[in-house]
Amino acid sequence: MRARELLTRGGPVLGLVLVSAFFGVLVGPQFFSPGNLELIARQTAIVGTAALGMTLIIAAAGIDLSVGSVISLSTVVIALVLRRAASPAAAAALGVGAAALCGLATGLLVTGLRVVPFIVTLGMMLLVRGAAKGLADERRIEAPVTWLNDLLRTHALGGGILLPTGIWILIVMALLVAGVLRYTRFGRHLLAIGSNERTARLCGVRVEACKIAVYTISAALAGLAGVMQFAKLSVGDPTVAVGLELDVIAAVIIGGGSLLGGRGTVFGTLVGAVLMTVIQIGCSQRGLPNWVQQIVTGGVIVAAVALDRWRQGAHGA
Amino acid sequence: MRGIRKAFGATVALDGVDLEVAPGEVCALVGQNGAGKSTLMAILAGALAPDGGEMSLDGAAYRPRNPLEARRAGVQMIYQELSLAPHLSVAENVVLGMEPARLGLMRRREARERTRRALAQLGHPEIAPEAPVSALSVAGQQLVEIARALAVGCRVLVLDEPTSSLAQDDARRLFELLARLKAQGHAIVYISHFLEEVKQVSDRFVVLRDGRNAGAGPAADASPREIVAMMVGSAVGEVYPRSPRRRGEPILELAGFGPGSAPLTLHRGEVVGIAGLLGAGRTHLLRSVFGLEPVREGRIRVKSVQGFHSPARRWRQGVGFLSEDRKDEGLALGLSVADNVTMSRLAGLGPAPLVLPGPQDAAAARLIERVAIRCRGPRQPVRELSGGNQQKVALARLLHHDVDVLLLDEPTRGIDVASKAQIYALVDALVADPGEGRPARAVLLVSSYFPELLGLCDRIAVMCRRRLGEARPASDLDEHRLILEAAGTEGAA
Repeated sequence: MRARELLTRGGPVLGLVLVSAFFGVLVGPQFFSPGNLELIARQTAIVGTAALGMTLIIAAAGIDLSVGSVISLSTVVIALVLRRAASPAAAAALGVGAAALCGLATGLLVTGLRVVPFIVTLGMMLLVRGAAKGLADERRIEAPVTWLNDLLRTHALGGGILLPTGIWILIVMALLVAGVLRYTRFGRHLLAIGSNERTARLCGVRVEACKIAVYTISAALAGLAGVMQFAKLSVGDPTVAVGLELDVIAAVIIGGGSLLGGRGTVFGTLVGAVLMTVIQIGCSQRGLPNWVQQIVTGGVIVAAVALDRWRQGAHGA
Repeated sequence: MRGIRKAFGATVALDGVDLEVAPGEVCALVGQNGAGKSTLMAILAGALAPDGGEMSLDGAAYRPRNPLEARRAGVQMIYQELSLAPHLSVAENVVLGMEPARLGLMRRREARERTRRALAQLGHPEIAPEAPVSALSVAGQQLVEIARALAVGCRVLVLDEPTSSLAQDDARRLFELLARLKAQGHAIVYISHFLEEVKQVSDRFVVLRDGRNAGAGPAADASPREIVAMMVGSAVGEVYPRSPRRRGEPILELAGFGPGSAPLTLHRGEVVGIAGLLGAGRTHLLRSVFGLEPVREGRIRVKSVQGFHSPARRWRQGVGFLSEDRKDEGLALGLSVADNVTMSRLAGLGPAPLVLPGPQDAAAARLIERVAIRCRGPRQPVRELSGGNQQKVALARLLHHDVDVLLLDEPTRGIDVASKAQIYALVDALVADPGEGRPARAVLLVSSYFPELLGLCDRIAVMCRRRLGEARPASDLDEHRLILEAAGTEGAA
C-alpha cells in the first residue's frame, strides 16, 4: 500500500531519475551540462506542448490520433500566411486557429455522431493530413525568416531570456493547463466524465459541451506545437510529424494518465515527455543506433503501463 | 437441495433451505426481493459455493465448482437478462462453447442440424438457424437460450422471471413450451413474482422468506392470498422514524405517464412512495422526470416549470436524483468523496470558475459528519468505501446541492442495516419542517422493499407493468395489499 502510494505520486519522476542516471553514467558528466539540459528541453518542446492537450483529453477518457496531422497543417498555414507578408504573430495565431477548428470538428463529430473518439480521430488524422497536403500543393512551403524561427533557438546563440522562448511558452502553458485541470469547474468536469460519464451526466455536467471544448483546446495546443515545429524547420511541411501522436500519447501514459480516463496530471505528462527525449538524446550521444533507442522507448512505455496495472491492483479491478 | 446455507459477511442469505424438483415437474420458487431466491439459484447453477448443505442430482452428489460444471451436469439457468452474442447467428449461439468441430474447424452443417433439432423439440421450427440473433424479438431470443440449454442436454432448467420482458401472447407461448418440456421429462424451476402465472404454469410452489423455507404446496389449490401470507410472515420489528410533517404546496406533478396511469402530485413536507416489482417501470419513471430518459408521453411540472428538462436544468430547479445503480451510474468510484459529493454543484467552492481544494474539502467534511460517512477523509477514493457508505456519499450529493425534491431510487438496496437506519432517519429529517423560513423538502421514493415504503411514506402509489396507480395514504395499505397489487392481482384482495 505504502509502496504503491509512493509509486502513484512519484513513479514517473523516479523513472526519469533512473533513466537519466543511467545515461549519465553511459555518456559521462557532460550529459548533465547546462547546454545538454537545454537541448533536452528544446527537443521536448513540441511533443510536450501537444501532450498538454492530450492530458486533458485522456483525463476525460478520450483520445486524439490526429495530433501529428494537425501540427503539420499548422506549419503549412503559418508558412502560407507569412508568404503574404503578414506579421509573424498573425501567422502563428492563424496556425493555432486552423488547428483549433480541426479540434472543434472532432469534438462535434464525437458528440454528434456518438462514434468513439478513436475512430473519429483516426478519420481526422487522414482528413487533416490530406487537407495540409492539398493546401501546400504537396510541397514544402518556404517562408521568409522572422522571429518565429528563433522560438527554439538555443540561448547560446541569442535565443530567449535564459531559456529559448519556446521553452518559456511551454512552461507557461503547462502551468495554465495544470491549473485548469486541477482548480476549475471545467477541469473537475473533465475528470468526472473520464471517471464515469454516466455519473457526470446524472450530476448535470454538460458532457457534450465539455467534450467539444476539450478537443478544441487540445487541438489549439497541437497548433501551438505546430508553431514550434515551424520554428524548428523554418518551412511549412505537410509531411512533418507523422506518427507524432503516438509519442504524445506515450508521454501522457508514462506520466500516469489512464486511457480509461479519470486520471492524469500535467506534471506527470511533462516528465513522461522529457523521459522519452532523454532516451533519444542519450542513445544518440552514446552513439547507439536508432533501433536501440526505439526498443528502449518501447520498453519504457510497456513498463510504465505494467507498473500502472500493479498500482491499480490495490483497488481490485 | 437440502439444508443449504450461505452467508455474505455478517448477513445470512440462506439459512438451511430445502428444494426438491422431480423430473417432469414445474416448481415455482416465490418470495420477496431479498428472500434468497437468487442466491439459492446461483448455488444451484454453480456460480456460488454454499457454506453448508447438500445437493444431489439424480441420486448422485452434485457439487459444481463453477457454472461450466453445472452446465455439464445438466443444470441450466435462463436469466432475466439474456446472455447471447447478438452478432452471431442462432446456430452459432446455440452451440457456443461446445461447437462440433474437426481439427479445430467448426462443422457448420452439424451445428445447424443440432440447432434445428433443438428448435423443433421446442415446437418452433420456424426460427432459421442462420438468422442473426439480433434480428429476433426478445421472445425469440429467449427461445434460442432455451434451445441452447436443450442442445447441451440439460435436465434441470431454471427460469428467472422469464415473462417480465414478454408480451402476453409470447408469455402464453412460453407456458405452452414449458408444458412441452415438462412432458419430455425435464425438471423446471420457475421464478416469478406474478402469482397468477405461478398457478398457471407450475405444479408446486415453494416460498422463501428471509433465507428460509416459508411454505410449499400444490399450486392448484393455493390462492394468491395464502401465498402472499407465507411470503410476508409476521411483521419484522423495524423502526421507522417519523417526525411531525406538514404537507405544503405541490412541488412536483406528473400526469399521463403510460396508458391508464393515474396522475401523481408530490407536496413539500411529504414522502411519496412508488411500489412495484423489478421491471415495472418505476426506475424509468424517475429517470424520465430527471431528464435521463427520452420521454415520449406525459406531462411534468416542477414548481412552476412545465415540461421536460436536462439533468443540469433539473438540478438548477432544485431536483436531485439518486440512482439505483450506485456503481455504474451513481458514483464515479475512482474519484474522491469530495469530488463525488460536490460534482453537481462546484459553484461557490472558490471564486468564479475556480474550484479550490480548501472549500471543497470543507464542504465534503461537513457532509461526511452530517451523513456519518465512514471514511479516512474527503480525499479517499469512493471505491474503497463499503456499500452503505458509498450510498451515503451518493445521498450526500443531494444535500450538498440542497435540493427541494429528492428522487430516490432504491436508496437502501444492498446496504447494511446500520446504514439503512441512518438513511431512514435522514429521509425523515429532510421532509420535516426545517424552520428558519426554509420550506420543507419532498421525497419521491422508489423501493422494492415494501415494509420500508410503508414505514417511511405518507402516501404510496403502486406501479404494475408500466401503469402507475393512484397514490393512497400509507395508513390504508399493508404489505399484503402492495404485493398483490404489484403482481397485478388486485381482484384477489
